[in-house]
Amino acid sequence: MQTLLQQLINGLSLGSIYALLALGYTMVYGIIKLINFAHGDIYMLGAFWGYYVINYWHFNFIFALLSAMLVCAVSGVIIEYLAYRPLRHSPRIAALITAIGVSYFLENGMSYLYGSSTRSFPQIIKQVNYHFGGVQISNIQILILVTACLLMILLQLIIKRTKMGRAMRAVSVDPDAAELVGININRTISFTFALGSSMAGAAGVLIGLYYNSIDPLMGMTPGIKAFVAAVVGGIGSVPGASLGGFLIGLLETGVQAIGLSAYKDAAVYLVLIIILLILPAGIFGKNTKEKV
Amino acid sequence: MSTILKVDDLVKNFGGLAAVSNVSMALNDDELVALIGPNGAGKTTVFNLLTGVIVPSSGAITFNGPNGTVPINGMKPYKVANLGLARTFQNIRLFKNLSVIDNVLIAMTSHYKEGFIQSVFRLPKYYKTEARIREEAIDLLKIFDLQDDINVLAKNLSYGIQRRLEIVRGLAMKPKILFLDEPAAGMNPEETADLTRLIRKIQREFHITVLLIEHDMSLVMNLAERIYVLDHGSLLAEGTPDEIQQNDAVIKAYLGEEA
Repeated sequence: MQTLLQQLINGLSLGSIYALLALGYTMVYGIIKLINFAHGDIYMLGAFWGYYVINYWHFNFIFALLSAMLVCAVSGVIIEYLAYRPLRHSPRIAALITAIGVSYFLENGMSYLYGSSTRSFPQIIKQVNYHFGGVQISNIQILILVTACLLMILLQLIIKRTKMGRAMRAVSVDPDAAELVGININRTISFTFALGSSMAGAAGVLIGLYYNSIDPLMGMTPGIKAFVAAVVGGIGSVPGASLGGFLIGLLETGVQAIGLSAYKDAAVYLVLIIILLILPAGIFGKNTKEKV
Repeated sequence: MSTILKVDDLVKNFGGLAAVSNVSMALNDDELVALIGPNGAGKTTVFNLLTGVIVPSSGAITFNGPNGTVPINGMKPYKVANLGLARTFQNIRLFKNLSVIDNVLIAMTSHYKEGFIQSVFRLPKYYKTEARIREEAIDLLKIFDLQDDINVLAKNLSYGIQRRLEIVRGLAMKPKILFLDEPAAGMNPEETADLTRLIRKIQREFHITVLLIEHDMSLVMNLAERIYVLDHGSLLAEGTPDEIQQNDAVIKAYLGEEA
């Protein structure tokens, strides 16, 4: 029972990071039907930004987090503007391959500029462990969970209740009609990238604190897993992405807990395969039938 | 009466095909004008040109708005829309998975400001703006008897009501000109009669110019003050319903030889 609770806490902490990342995948997919493979690398940029501002400018946690979100939002907008916008009306596969290209560019660009070595993330917040009846939870885990949940609620409010959120939903349903009722499509898409990328930036700083190490290739595996999370939850669905993220996090820690650490990644992909076989549209996905 | 939209020698070629050639027309304030013609005459292409969806090969479209004369050629569709040119579609293009009220609110996007900080932190000003805009949307929906359906998803409405909602969505943009692309398509005579009354009401209450594409002659002859007839991409005739009904060229091309 204790182990179970312990793993539940660990899984939720890791899962909230995946959830934050998955939100970016799902929003971008929802609006321009692009799987943004560079999304994991935005998360890496966020972690590096956090690393630098904490080490050299002595930012505290809140400012490091907010500035990383801002920087990542801007990077996301620039990437969309330079790499994806020119391909807006090209076949989807062209944009997809471009996204892979952008991902390699960011990974190798960062390796070239700052070296590919792993570095330890400054621990601005001293880790304190709390014990509740044999279950251990650290202040950093609480921080991750709280921050991630706050961000997810915020995002949901933006999408459901604000003008920009309504514009995003309109563009994702029918971009042409949205434009004809006076919505600036380019601005809406930029906003979507900014939102998604800022979530990834936050995730980057949080994972830095949690795992204590960052490197230019750190975005690859979590990026793919967050993508799996988005697909499991139903790509295009915001609550689905959050749920998918938590599921993947729990699954991964669960598999590790029963002593199969080496197979934790395999387990994630196995779940992807099973979900796609049973629920091809994901848990919250709308079963879209192509109209003839 | 002053001209609100002026179209001069509009040409659109798709490859070698001249979809629209040398069309000139003018719409006046508060006028109800119909654009008719056989299938494939280029009516919807004209609509697409006027709303910025496609860019003309040559010719000029000028809008005479409150802020002076603006050329529309090559302008982005959302900018054209924000100038005050709203449209509906031949095949309904509502935001199907969104609620009725959201469909209307989205069309009002450019008519109110909502600061990012305000809305994220839910400051009082956000609630005020949101409440005002919602009220405006509900008032509009009431005029068209849609107030009971505000939370229904657009796709779950019946066909006739979807058409009506599309018109409401157009009106929510506070347009100067409303383009209606075959609003009576697929309607039975009773629904068409309702629609005729509705369009009259819109024109009377909102004081806007309406340009209407329609195949239903009863509707056109009942409503239109002037009619433009398009055939093979060029203007065949222009005039009042009576004049058009007696125009030999129109009768030959459109109503059939024997008529």
